[in-house]
Amino acid sequence: MILKKIFLYLLLLGIVAIMLLPFYWMLVLSTQPTTVIFQYPPPFWFGDNTVANFTAVTQSVNFLQAFSNTLIVSVVYTVLVLLFCSMGGYAFAMYDFPGRETLFTILLVTMMIPWTAGIIPWFFMMSKFGWINNFLALIVPGAANAFGIFWMRQYCKQNIPSSLIDAAKIDGLSEWLIFFRIVSPILASGFAALGIMMIVGSWNNFMQPLLILRDTSLHTLPLMLKYMLGDPTRGTDMGALMLASTMAVLPLLIAFLSASHYFMSGLTAGAVKE
Amino acid sequence: MTRVKKPGFWGVLHRHRVAYAYIAPFYILFAVFGLFPIVAGLAISFFSWNGVDPMRFVGMQNYLRLLADGMFWKAMGNTALIGLIAHVFILGGGLVLAYILNSNLVKFQNGFKTVYFLPMVTSAVASAIVFKALFGLNNGLINFVFKSMGFEGIDWWGGNGDFVKVAVIAMFSWQWIGWNMVIYLAGMQAISHDIYEAAEIDGANHVQVFFRITVPLLKPIILFTVIQSTIGTLGLFTEPFILTGTLLGGTDNQGMTAMMYLLNKAPYGNNLYGFASAVAYVISAIIIVVSLVNMKVFDRDETAAAPARRKK
Repeated sequence: MILKKIFLYLLLLGIVAIMLLPFYWMLVLSTQPTTVIFQYPPPFWFGDNTVANFTAVTQSVNFLQAFSNTLIVSVVYTVLVLLFCSMGGYAFAMYDFPGRETLFTILLVTMMIPWTAGIIPWFFMMSKFGWINNFLALIVPGAANAFGIFWMRQYCKQNIPSSLIDAAKIDGLSEWLIFFRIVSPILASGFAALGIMMIVGSWNNFMQPLLILRDTSLHTLPLMLKYMLGDPTRGTDMGALMLASTMAVLPLLIAFLSASHYFMSGLTAGAVKE
Repeated sequence: MTRVKKPGFWGVLHRHRVAYAYIAPFYILFAVFGLFPIVAGLAISFFSWNGVDPMRFVGMQNYLRLLADGMFWKAMGNTALIGLIAHVFILGGGLVLAYILNSNLVKFQNGFKTVYFLPMVTSAVASAIVFKALFGLNNGLINFVFKSMGFEGIDWWGGNGDFVKVAVIAMFSWQWIGWNMVIYLAGMQAISHDIYEAAEIDGANHVQVFFRITVPLLKPIILFTVIQSTIGTLGLFTEPFILTGTLLGGTDNQGMTAMMYLLNKAPYGNNLYGFASAVAYVISAIIIVVSLVNMKVFDRDETAAAPARRKK
């Protein structure tokens, strides 16, 4: 029994080491000059070249610009998703209206459709709308998504007592006031879990920005990293690239680690039913 | 559905206007940005079009040319191989980890879950850049370990291209195992503890409980993850694109996936919009066929094969 326990811990800790190794390596290389990185054997411990690497990052790209672009896109997108998806989920959970089951089935089916089928016309629509080099192309199309509505419906069903809504209606509150004053606060932790998922997806999105944002000044962080990887004027500066990667990844990692307890429990609680 | 006689269509719409208004954004956005492009994509796939000149109807020619293109089959083969091997780790590993962390065999469960999930919140581009360094020929950490053990360093990115897939599989698995673990954990929490207790009283060990209770009861969720994984694998793009550096997937196209092949036709590489639409439709058809086959397999297993296996 003790041997079995030791074996399990060794297995789990071994996987922990594998999962953390790339992060450790990224941090180590962020502090080393490129010349040391390309030595053999490679550096295993932190160096003192961080400031020089940072200067190189600022010479190669406009990090602050890419950071604020990413922040704008992901925050606006996430706020819209939370608004539309909680409205939709709330309506499906709490209202009885003709066609509800059919409409909900349609919504579930759309999650199974491979969107790849429409990628070429989608790209053309974006250019017809004048949305090439425009953040709207990354924000609007997914602003009310099926997954989010499904998620919020589950959450509403589990957490909002219908007697509360009835009481509010008897008190003469308008629908909007009921939604924003009474329903929204109850949904807070549902918002948190869905919000983290959406902001992570948007922050790290690469393929759509690659097709849409052709102008360097509009680059988001993943595009900025891609640019630095093949920097046409400076070549690949490994130390600077690693530092830029760290800077791109760290905000979300810190946010996730500080909220991971809520996120994990919210994630498992929301998915339990269906 | 709206065929209630008395108030009429507009009457119904008006009476339930709040609910319809709340759900409207999804259906409007889906119709415009989801449904319309999918339908238009089918139409475009029968034309030859460079995006500028007038479209020219070519019938099935795009599809015939595509099916005759060796590089397409190479990309499909690469995608299938990478997907199949990676999912042994992603799905199998995720399931085992979820089982261990759901039982009371170990402590610090939340800590383990959080660490395993970390790659999910990390930008795939940043991760790919780090993996590229890890798998470097002369100064990567992996080759350093190999050389320390007396082996030769492996040229992961060059050579005949055989090892590109290993690196892609390693990164793909590293990224996704935590996500699937969390989904399985959610499913396992819905399984009643009584069943486990009964099994324990009957003297079942953990391997038996895992294969005879947990896996059969999780079947719907496993099916869900398999279908999601099929879609994900056929959309696999960022990781191999950054790792190999171009849409062509490195030496001898060994790292080229289906999605890279598609985007290389349009709009990122060339301007073959009609042809690229045909590619998109073939990939989507494969996703649907694989998903349907999976549904059938899982369905049959539940009714016939599973009890038979249990009797043994």
